Amino acid sequence: MRYDYVIIGNSAGGIGCVEAIRELDEASSVAVIAAEKYHAYSRALIPYYLDGKIELDKIYYRPHDFYQKMNVETHLGVKAVGIDINSREVLLEDGVRVGFGKLLIATGGKPFIPPIEGLSGQKNVFTFLKLEDALGVKETLKSAETSLILGGGIIGLMVAEVLRRKGLEVIVVELADRVLAPVVDPITSKLVQEKFAENGVGIILQNTIAKVVGEKEVERVILKDGSELPTDLLILAVGVRPNTEVVRDTPIKVNRGIVVDKYMETSVKGIYACGDCAEIYDFVFGANRVLLLWPTAYVGGRIAGFNMCGVRRELTHATSMNAMHFFDFYIVSAGLNVPNDSDEFEVIYKLDEERKIYRKFALKDGEIAGFILAGKVDRAGIFLKLMKEGVKVTGFKDKLLKEDFGYVDLSEEIRWDLLADKVKLGVVYEYAAYEA
Amino acid sequence: MGCHLCEIWCAVAHSTSKDIIKAFLYEGQKPLPRLLVEESYPESFALQCRHCDEPECMFACISGALYKDRAGRVLHDESKCVACYSCIMACPYGAIRINPFTGKILKCDLCADLDFPLCVEKCPNNALEYVEIKTEAEEKLYEI
Repeated sequence: MRYDYVIIGNSAGGIGCVEAIRELDEASSVAVIAAEKYHAYSRALIPYYLDGKIELDKIYYRPHDFYQKMNVETHLGVKAVGIDINSREVLLEDGVRVGFGKLLIATGGKPFIPPIEGLSGQKNVFTFLKLEDALGVKETLKSAETSLILGGGIIGLMVAEVLRRKGLEVIVVELADRVLAPVVDPITSKLVQEKFAENGVGIILQNTIAKVVGEKEVERVILKDGSELPTDLLILAVGVRPNTEVVRDTPIKVNRGIVVDKYMETSVKGIYACGDCAEIYDFVFGANRVLLLWPTAYVGGRIAGFNMCGVRRELTHATSMNAMHFFDFYIVSAGLNVPNDSDEFEVIYKLDEERKIYRKFALKDGEIAGFILAGKVDRAGIFLKLMKEGVKVTGFKDKLLKEDFGYVDLSEEIRWDLLADKVKLGVVYEYAAYEA
Repeated sequence: MGCHLCEIWCAVAHSTSKDIIKAFLYEGQKPLPRLLVEESYPESFALQCRHCDEPECMFACISGALYKDRAGRVLHDESKCVACYSCIMACPYGAIRINPFTGKILKCDLCADLDFPLCVEKCPNNALEYVEIKTEAEEKLYEI
């Protein structure tokens, strides 16, 4: 079989690409290949599902008839294991070869499993990336009283919150000296740690698991400092790595992720990549890097889709950005994560200890290079816009710290420049549009 | 002039009764607007969702709650929203508000239940207008 467009991956990036292709081209043949058997679901919703905030039917990212309506053939539950760039075919694990005109690799990430003594074959150990993981955790929860989470990043902390709400004893073990270290600054980390302490979640810092003990099931863990903790459930949330297996033995260039240009094209013409498996240009960072972000995966897939159809579009303004919440504490951070005593950046911030509200901006050459809003995140997107447009904020920088900062705080010239619709018209959503 | 009537009427438009008195007095929960008026005396203006051609909020939405309908409106399916605020992070205009009662978001639907957006209809100063922007493709069709 052969298709005009083949997409490996059935998540944000793949869907972004399908929707872009169908906006431009109703007739060409499109196929989606994915290792997981499920209809397109949102990984980011797994904690909400486990929490009981949504039922399983709401975990799906698009309606059940999405691929029929889009006229897309699906090959789900069968893993792509290789790419033959000469015959332009994707090799599936069951021996089937799927030919393509243009290809998108959107294979996402895979959880990093740290080497821990005694870990292999234990039944009550989970990573937290796939729906299967959530279903497994859900089953184990029924009989669990204590839980241990290795990793104090966004995923680890979200799981910790859910397990705590389910009534379990929860302990988070983090190697760094604070939680969320890569995405927020020490003040924000402290606010988050206080929130978890208030809710009875234990956080152990600067430590890690040296060994797990138990036959078939982990019964207790031994930490690096020698202390022992009993646990009925162990979650490994120490990070996600780009899943680039499918391009092994091909000339497609891989650094940490699959390297793509601003058109999302890899080093091999006609083959594109996006999302967690790819490495893209971060305009604030000033270099390529892996950005494990849902919105960036979708937009990357969308840009790839346009380019695959011959409509030139560039991904120019990707950078790190995270919206997160723990219990009732909301945080949005974006751009560079700069320490408050930085020499290189001008940092302005305001912490309201009592109300637990924190705003912080890192400026470079008068432009915002990074920001954190914690406790109150209203209208955060305005700052991302100011970053993307490279607006000099020097003239009104003190106003950035106002909780109700808005367009009225900008000079009239900047304001109307930003509010005017600069988006090029011309793309009709005829095929992407569907009624929910 | 900063009268905030667009906010009042927006709240009414999204009430059950669509009646200003009933909406504010008898419907229980206070009706909430989806647009906002920004003010710094003597300046004031209404800021509402622009139903972007390339809606960043929809691209960022992790649950598929935000979607675009055939008319080009960016709409919000509240039953799918998990209040992650990715859209708040993404919207360049700060045009998505937070519902303090549910924690979920509130956004303009161009008065989906009505024939015409009430914020525009009720603006006493005609400061708001409702105009259709045709895409290039539609313009061409129109010429033919």
